[in-house]
Amino acid sequence: MANKYWESVRVMLGGEPRRQPPSEYTEEAKKIHFYKKTEKLDFAALKAEARAQQKKGVWLKRRWIALLSINLLFVVSYWLDIQILEGALTASRMLGFHLIDLNSALQVMLAHKHIIVNLLIGTGTVFVLWLLLGGRTFCSWVCPYHFLAENAERLHVYLVERKWVTDHTFLRGVRTICWFLFALMAIVTGYTVFETISPTGIVSRALIYGPGLAMGWVLLLLLLEIFYSRRAWCRYVCPIGLTYGIVGVFSPVHVTYDLANCHHEGECRRVCEVPHVLDCVIKGRSPTAQVDIGADCTRCGMCIDVCPSGALKFEIAGLRKIM
Amino acid sequence: MNAETEPVHPSIGRRKLEERRRFLRTIMLGAVMLGISTLGFIPVARAWRVRMRPPGALEESDFLSSCIKCGQCVQVCPVQAIRLDDIDQGFGVGVPYIDSRKQACDFSCDAVQCILACPTGALVYKKPDYMPSRGEMRVANPPILIAKEKDPEPTLNLKERSGLARLARPEACLAVQGKGCNGPARGAEFKGIMRFTEVDRWKPIPLRDHPFDLPLCDLCVRTCPIRGAISLEPVVDEKGIKHMTPTVHEPCLGCGVCEMVCPVEPAAIVVDARKGWGV
Repeated sequence: MANKYWESVRVMLGGEPRRQPPSEYTEEAKKIHFYKKTEKLDFAALKAEARAQQKKGVWLKRRWIALLSINLLFVVSYWLDIQILEGALTASRMLGFHLIDLNSALQVMLAHKHIIVNLLIGTGTVFVLWLLLGGRTFCSWVCPYHFLAENAERLHVYLVERKWVTDHTFLRGVRTICWFLFALMAIVTGYTVFETISPTGIVSRALIYGPGLAMGWVLLLLLLEIFYSRRAWCRYVCPIGLTYGIVGVFSPVHVTYDLANCHHEGECRRVCEVPHVLDCVIKGRSPTAQVDIGADCTRCGMCIDVCPSGALKFEIAGLRKIM
Repeated sequence: MNAETEPVHPSIGRRKLEERRRFLRTIMLGAVMLGISTLGFIPVARAWRVRMRPPGALEESDFLSSCIKCGQCVQVCPVQAIRLDDIDQGFGVGVPYIDSRKQACDFSCDAVQCILACPTGALVYKKPDYMPSRGEMRVANPPILIAKEKDPEPTLNLKERSGLARLARPEACLAVQGKGCNGPARGAEFKGIMRFTEVDRWKPIPLRDHPFDLPLCDLCVRTCPIRGAISLEPVVDEKGIKHMTPTVHEPCLGCGVCEMVCPVEPAAIVVDARKGWGV
């Protein structure tokens, strides 16, 4: 069990997913893999049947509603002065309770080197919240830059299909290095260096207090993602994602994979922001009949939406046993 | 290094070459992102603009590091004096400041609410022992807010000033010239607001809706929210002529109301941000 968490962190930090040796496969998984090899099922018919039953874009709809309402709540709280959610995404107060973004808090703590009680309370609340909700859930369900970037991503994918642009990938480990260097720069310079270029903070403040020149930087990032590299900021740079990823390692909320239902078409990997977490869906790779998807997963639910055979589901650990 | 231009070498192979390119690309990406973020140091180091921070702000470098750039201070300010800086201020992006000439802090909130709203202690009522402020920033006595002078507790919960008013252009000052002031202090277009207790103690009104008719302009003195911070004093010049001159005293907190209301353009009286008394 401990091994599973370590592996998920290792992959999140930039390691390539490892293929498990046959000795690690459970009997149940071996059996399923065996049947998949031998039994000649009519996959075409199965797929057609599964597709007919598939609900399209359910999680996308839910997620966008959540993301837009949270960000809108910030905006109307200020504009209409209803004081439900005051502040911006970096730090806020919900009905008086302090909520402080973990990465912003980290930058402030490292730069300022003094921690006051309110900062600690706000950070603690948010830490527990995302520990329960799944760490990087923040990225896809709250972050306003994610919303811009996933729409830029659609454009990018379209352009790639047309062969008008080529996707350039980077080594994922660079995000880990960026995380450490941003932390180090905060300690050494005594300034919250990362906040200067954080598109999450910039977009959040632009929504609430009105846009400024800083949105030009966000636009540059989006252009990079449209014309050069798919989801480059979120995949390879953003330390906020990694901070929340670490918080979500032991989270009970995750996407779970069911080997028996999978037709190994790979559609989930094509829509995923972090396809390395879905390594287990490749034919023959899953060492167990059920796999909990790793910590780097943003729980966006796109894979669930596209999976024609219902092999991917949201799960709250513990709830399965109770029910 | 010049993998981009070299033809595929038979001994390297396409896959190896792509891996090498990706490695170089990755280094470039990391260097560019980290490099751009450090550019934020330039405006800070050069101090392009000396910003007036909200009341209770820590010393500048501590303020920049402790501020979490959330704007909660902006949201509670009843006169919307606080604004957030843009990315041209580098590390100062999202950090609050006050442009007194446009909209000064007149302590309409009575309690310095921006300090209360700050979640990280970047704005504080009392500086922590490990982060003492310069002695000249401290005020000798608790400042008395004229608006609540008749309250049981007339003082403002502030022990330090954020700057100091200074008569920068005495030759332009209407009082020094012996001139009066008629109509709205800053003209009919000016958008700034402030509280006049004689109109409404709890609601600030636009400055343009409160015209004056003064035989001798003393706007900076009559609108100053702090007891004893400024007065008109007779000053004799070298020709032996007596001029009534706005004179700033020790209780001045540097709130900037005098700068906002000053009817001449540019203002004759200005606030020097982060300047202490007697230095």
